Order: sequence, then structure tokens, then C-alpha cells
Amino acid sequence: MAQEEQSSGSIFTDLDDGSTDTEVNKWQRTFRLWQETLREHWGMLTDELSVKLSMLTVAGFVLIAIFAPYIATHQPLQRQYQGDDGILIDKWVEPSLLGANSEYLLGTTAEGFDIFSQLVYGTRAALMVGLIAAVFTAGIGTLVGLVAGYYGGKVDDALMRLVDFLYGMPLLPTVIVLVAVLGPNLWNIILALIVLQWRSTARVIRSQSLSLRERPFVKAAEVAGAGDWHIISRHLAPNVLPMTFLYGSFGIAWAILAEAGVSFIGLGDPNTVSWGTMLQASRAYSALSFGAWWWFVPPGICIGLLVISGFLIGRGYEEITNPKLQ
Amino acid sequence: MGKASFVVRRTLQLVVTLWAVGTVLFALFRLMPGDPTSYVVSSQMTQEARQQLIASYGLNDPLHIQYIRFLENLVVLNFGQSFHSNQPVTEVIATYLPNTLVLMLTAFIVAYAIGITLGVLSGWYRGSRFERSTVITALTARSVPTFYVGLIVLWIFGARLGVIPMSGMTSLGTGGSNAGFFDMVFSMDFVHHLLAPAVVLGFYYMGYPLLIMRSSMLEVLSEDFIDVCRAKGLKERTIMFKHAARNALLPIITAAAIALGYAVGGSVLIETVFAWPGIGREMVRAVLRRDFPVAQGTFIVLASTIIFLNFVADLAYGYLDPRVTYD
Repeated sequence: MAQEEQSSGSIFTDLDDGSTDTEVNKWQRTFRLWQETLREHWGMLTDELSVKLSMLTVAGFVLIAIFAPYIATHQPLQRQYQGDDGILIDKWVEPSLLGANSEYLLGTTAEGFDIFSQLVYGTRAALMVGLIAAVFTAGIGTLVGLVAGYYGGKVDDALMRLVDFLYGMPLLPTVIVLVAVLGPNLWNIILALIVLQWRSTARVIRSQSLSLRERPFVKAAEVAGAGDWHIISRHLAPNVLPMTFLYGSFGIAWAILAEAGVSFIGLGDPNTVSWGTMLQASRAYSALSFGAWWWFVPPGICIGLLVISGFLIGRGYEEITNPKLQ
Repeated sequence: MGKASFVVRRTLQLVVTLWAVGTVLFALFRLMPGDPTSYVVSSQMTQEARQQLIASYGLNDPLHIQYIRFLENLVVLNFGQSFHSNQPVTEVIATYLPNTLVLMLTAFIVAYAIGITLGVLSGWYRGSRFERSTVITALTARSVPTFYVGLIVLWIFGARLGVIPMSGMTSLGTGGSNAGFFDMVFSMDFVHHLLAPAVVLGFYYMGYPLLIMRSSMLEVLSEDFIDVCRAKGLKERTIMFKHAARNALLPIITAAAIALGYAVGGSVLIETVFAWPGIGREMVRAVLRRDFPVAQGTFIVLASTIIFLNFVADLAYGYLDPRVTYD
């Protein structure tokens, strides 16, 4: 039995359409399976206009983040001038975009930082938080969901009680407490988000793999003597992939929102610039009352653009996974 | 497994979850760096008096003694005294929780009334321009951070036009603390302060019921009984609201219970922006000044609201949908 499974690869007949006569090993086959699945999803996803636009937006932000040092005109956390007696409030420079006679595109903050450069560097923080948190939350969630759904019984029970517990924790307050305990920096914010956010992916993937594991092709693989890990990685995982991507792209959006919120409250990383810390600083110096809108409007627009893109990509994916929604 | 044993099991689970949240909190706050006493202990105080104070908070006892005492107190809802103001934490909670509830419930009711209606309509007129624009609006509402919308609203309507107050719940000098809570809530001044945060929150919450109601409607509309209604010659409006919407409402009810829990938990940001003296803002301030008892107490209130409403949602599902089986 086991020999047959090894040599014929009958489970993958959809892949071996006579195109390859040469013997491929296990890893190459797995690789090809994933490659094809991904290409198929990519094709379906980029069909829709709103998804295309969102992807362009994200790509634009990625470029800005990569080339931040060349785009930014100043160092984001370098005082551009000294105030009298160290008092800097009211000393901000108006943006040259609005016709003011200054070298600062979007003006400066009350602390004397160049707003445009802060905005450009803030892209890095947002994307870093969004992407890292999303990859890990979707990854951990998928893995836990697959294991819980496939093994069932006590494993499932234990993992799902853990998820239930995490569902009992309010997101932002928990992140705030964790960041206060671990220390305010970007990595701890990411860590706190990951600790909490994999819960939703895990729940959804579990229920999917619960029903998948009853399907004939999984039963067939079992009868053919495939191991647990083989079934999980090659039969279940590719089938729950759309859900993983869906939650991953929502995860980017949620992570960016949460980082902005935590930074706004004053627990952001003091050594990096993020859109959230910009908003926090503008509030601390009451830019609102002084009407210095060029300080607090741009970061919010950037957050909004990036988050909407994440949601729209996720939504495009949702329509693939659930055609009824269209 | 029958309904009764499901309720029992689910109740046990509720207790275990509450215990786990409490334990994690206990551990987290004990790990927090910084000396909590530095805020209460003034510099003139002698070393002995300081030690006495620390001992009176029970911070010198071994950790397991502290833990057992913590659990005992949790059961009788005694969260200790604030390090900062020496007020009992239960009093702090009693002061701030109603403020949060008033704001959240107002925003929530408005959001769900509008969101459900728009969801029914956009599900019914599927594929129309109306549907597309409501869905985009709902997505936008959920994408822009609420605190940012709050900031912009404050800037335009507060700082520039001066039609809404910039912060707080009551104007200074109106004696909000002397008058009773309900006198305050039903005063014009309070409504004036409530308006902006409630609208901003309501706009944000609206998206969720709208999207759920829409997809639930789409599911219901594909069922046979809708065709039967049409065949009977019922008016479109009757079919839409009496037959389709009522059947599509089920997922909304459970989603609303869960969302309300998270709304109370997520009150942190909007309360901070509008300086609304609610429990979320108080939690943040307690964390920032290392006031363990208050931070702990307020956090437990936020967490148990979520846990309890999740519990209610689970039970409600079984009662509202006779098709649900317990296995």
C-alpha cells in the first residue's frame, strides 16, 4: 500500500496531466501544487477593478516605504530649528504646498519636525506592522485551525478553549496592557497583536477543515496510507487557502488600525515615526484648536487609504470563496 | 446532548474563561515594570512609612498568597483601592461605567436601526447602484479609524464652527456631579455633548449590521418560500420586510450581542478623543500611571462584558433558531 502511494502519486492526478514524464520528488510536487493553487487564486482575484486599484495602492505604499530615504526631504525625527527658550509651540512653519514661503512641503510640527518626511517614514511603520502581524496571525491561525479540525477530540477541545479565552479579551485594552508591560516599541505592538488576533482565523479554518476532513478525497488519502501531516499540508491546506488569504488581508487592515490607535493613546514607539504617533503629537500640541490641519489630516488619510485597500482586497477574496455574495 | 446540558456546559465554560482572564491579568500587572508606589508615596515620606504603605497594599506578600487573595476578592467583586486616589475601585467603576454605557447604547441603537434597514434594502436591490454605494460606504465607515473621524469632526464642528463642545460630558459649572445621573442624562447640555461622539461611533458601527444583513438577505431571498410569496401575489414591500427581513434577522441578533461586547471594550479610543469620562479612558489612564487596582478592575469589567454577551449570544441562538442542535 505504502509503496503504491509513493510511486504512482494517484492522489495528484490533476497535476500529472501527462505533461511530466520525469520522476518528480515529493517536494517538487508539493511546490508545484502550491504554485498552481496560488496562480489560480491570483487570476481570480485580479479580475475585479476595485481589487486591482487596491493592490496598486498597496504597491504604491510599499514603494514609498522602500524608497523612503530618497523621497523624504528631511530626517523625520530631527529638529529643523530651535525655539526660543526651548518653547516650540506656535513656532510651526506653514506648508509650502499652501503657498507659504518655506522649504517644508507639508510644514513642520510644533516640535520642529518636517511633516512630509514623517508621513513618508510612517509608511514603513504601518506596512511593517500590517504585513508582519497579518502573516503571523493568518499563519498561526491556519495552522491551529487545521490541527484542531483534523485531529478533533481533545486536541480540538483544548485549542478551541484557548481561542474562546482569547475571544474574551477586548482587543485594544489587551494590546495596551501588553505594550505597557513589555515596553512601548513597535515589535511589542506587533507581538501583542499577533498574540490576540489569530483567534478569528483559527475558528474559521477549524470549521472548514472539520467539513473537509469528511470529504472523499481525504478519506481516500487516509486509506492510501497517507500520514497526518501529509493530509494536512497537501489535502487540507490548499483548500482552506482562500480563507487564510481573506483573513490575512483583513489582518493587515486591523493591525494598521490597532497600531494607530495604540500610538494615538500614547503607547507608541517613541523612536520611530508612525501615523499614529503623528496624530498623537498633533493632539498633544492641540493642533486641532490652532487649526494646523496639515499636521493631522494627512496621516489619517494614509491610514484610511491603506486600510480600505486591505478591506477591499479581502472582500474581493470573500466573493471568490462565497459566490453567493456577488 | 440536550439543551439543558448545553446550558450547564456553557455556564461552566463562562466561569473558567473569567478565571483565566483574571489570572492572566494578575500575572501581567505583577510583571509590569516600574514602582507603583512611586505615584502615591511622596518624597517627604520616610522610608518606614513608605514600607508600611507598600505592606498595607499587600505588595510584600509571596506571589501565591497575593494570587489567592486576588481570586477571593474577585469572587466578591472587591477590586481593592486605587493607588492613585485611594478610592475603592468599585466606586471608580460605578462612576465611569454608566457614562460609557449611555454613549455606547445610544450609538449602537441608532447604528443598528439604520444599518439593518440599509442592509435589507441593499440585499433586496442587489446589483443596483444603490447597493454598490451603500456597500462602499459601509466599508469606508469601517476602514477609517473612529478616533480620526472624531478628530476631524472636533476640528470642523468644534474648533472652526464652534457648534459642538470640544470635550467632556457636561459643561463646567452645570453641576453634573451634584445632580443625579438621570437628571444629567436628560439635560440638553448632556445631549449636546453626546451628539458628536455618538454620531461618529454610530457611523462606524453601522457598517457591520449592514453587511451582515445584506448577505443574510441574499441567502434568504434565494429560498423557495420567497417564490411562494410572490406566487400568492403579495406586495413586494410586504415580502421584503415581513417575510425576507424577518427571516434574515437571526444572524444579526447574535452578531449584535457580540458586537456590543466589543463596543464596550473598544470604547477606549473614542472616549480619549472626546475626553468622555468613560471606563475605557479611565483604564488607559490607570495603565499609564501604573494604578494596578483600577486598571485591573476596569479591564475585568470590559472583558467580562464581552464574555457575558458572547454567552448570551450562544444561548440566544438556540432559542431563536429551532433548527440548532446541540452535539
